[in-house]
Amino acid sequence: MEKIELGSYAGLGQAGAVFSMYLPDIIEQHPNLRVLTADMSYIAKLERFKALYPEQFINVGIAEQNMLGVCAGLTSEGYQCVALAQATFITMRCFEQVRQYMSYMQYPIILIGLAGGFQLQFMGNTHYALEDIALMRSIPGIVIMSPADAGEAVKCFEEALALNRPVYIRFTGDASNSVYTEDFQFECGKSVCLKGGNDVTVFAVGSMVEAALKAAQILEEQKGFSISVVDMHTIAPLDKEAITEAKNNKLVVSIEEHHINGGLGSAISDYTSSLGTFPPLLKLGVGDNYSEVGDYEYLLKQHRLIPEMIAEDILKKYQTL
Amino acid sequence: MNELERICHEIRVNIIERSYLAGKNCAHVGGSLSAVEILAVLYHKVLQRPEDIELRDRFVLSKGHASLALYCALESVDLLSKEEVDTFEQNGSHYTAHAKKDLAKGLEFSGGSLGLGTSYAVGVAHALKMKGNPAKVYALLGDGECNEGLVWEAMMYAKHQNLDNLLVIVDHNHLQADGPIETVMNTDSLAEKFSAFGFSTQVVDGHSIDSLINAFNSRIEGKPNAIIAETVKGKGVSFMENKTNWHFASLPENRYKKAITELMNNGKD
Repeated sequence: MEKIELGSYAGLGQAGAVFSMYLPDIIEQHPNLRVLTADMSYIAKLERFKALYPEQFINVGIAEQNMLGVCAGLTSEGYQCVALAQATFITMRCFEQVRQYMSYMQYPIILIGLAGGFQLQFMGNTHYALEDIALMRSIPGIVIMSPADAGEAVKCFEEALALNRPVYIRFTGDASNSVYTEDFQFECGKSVCLKGGNDVTVFAVGSMVEAALKAAQILEEQKGFSISVVDMHTIAPLDKEAITEAKNNKLVVSIEEHHINGGLGSAISDYTSSLGTFPPLLKLGVGDNYSEVGDYEYLLKQHRLIPEMIAEDILKKYQTL
Repeated sequence: MNELERICHEIRVNIIERSYLAGKNCAHVGGSLSAVEILAVLYHKVLQRPEDIELRDRFVLSKGHASLALYCALESVDLLSKEEVDTFEQNGSHYTAHAKKDLAKGLEFSGGSLGLGTSYAVGVAHALKMKGNPAKVYALLGDGECNEGLVWEAMMYAKHQNLDNLLVIVDHNHLQADGPIETVMNTDSLAEKFSAFGFSTQVVDGHSIDSLINAFNSRIEGKPNAIIAETVKGKGVSFMENKTNWHFASLPENRYKKAITELMNNGKD
């Protein structure tokens, strides 16, 4: 694969990087690619693509379920399809379509969940996507990726185009997220260890990778901890090897902008529960409740998902051990 | 009896035979019998199946529970063998109550969940148009299936994309699992609904071979087409006709014998 200049995507957000920059750059190498949306091209930053390549763009209207059926039909006739809508609708409303077309019938459609987690802020709880990973994990064979920043979003998308498998990519965070500043080796199912450490391993996904790095920095500087931070950009298939490497730590932590039931933390514990001995797992994420609506920072604070609070919660758990 | 009438008769007999073989596993016998003429006309008069499989007309059975009728229709054109269809609803058989996609056998779609076939069919039709492939797409829906919102999302799409290579047939047998559609969820004026969605719509006697052939030949260019086929659930077996309880049922020996005797007597004409 060609080297990607990650710096050029900084500040664009995940959807902006993929759809306003990367996709128009590579589309001519993919004449069979069709990009479908359910009335979300503006939010997905597809305006430029749509203007330049209208014959490869299909708007199905506000009909997510039909969008997946159309993708299946197109795929059966030799097209490669990318379907995008808000993460909550493309996974929840289309749950059966994902199982039927992408899993049972095995059409390798690429689903893009826009605005995962709390990104739709004042839209409120109907628009927060906090169950999408859990839903997709339960369907056989769906690859689930969630990038940490705009540059990694491009990497995920590039990988998905080459995989020929059914994929769900969850976009989270905002344009400020920045984890990767240089090109790096990205492989689906192979996590990235961003820093090593011996006391605690933090497995983070999506928007929480940057928060985890900052929390680790706080704990190292203030408490002298040695903390490893791993970017689990792929939730399925899970990087079991990376998880097993944490077996000698005192504590393992998962962080996700998702319900703690069914997401990354659950995926890790599903695996580690069979290992016999493994350190305690602290699952940080969203609990079993609906949120008081507010801006992104307000929501993250409410669920203790900002670096200072993450650091506090890790410390508190660590001190009980 | 002309050739197509003979074929319909055979398909009906085969549906009853396999329903009986399925025993306690039950079969969707009523909604299979209502679709016999539609499927026979499609497979023997309408669907083009040239050697180049890319150019074949695509048929999507969206009312997936009529898979038994589809298997028997495929048997009538030698795409499935008697031995294969005889495994209907046996443990481990490929040929279950809802067909699974298998192009080599002529099975275009994994049906079962209502509405999903229509959405798939419009995607296929759109793909064929984009490829400049002249093949047509036919989708058979149930009238109960038209309760599903997804059907209408797909029909909107068909008109918006001007899918005049799509022809939707509704097997309008007026009964769904819980009873008459008029009492469960009234989808009357189906023709008006399809017309309102921009389809060229015809209403025909779904058991009249000539009417069906005529309707398929009268499709309008430049629009998606719909045929509302007025049918009788359980058609051909007097004690099953218009009876809700034969939607999905087990056929005991005495009833099987009665059904077969009746079909054989009618087949003597």
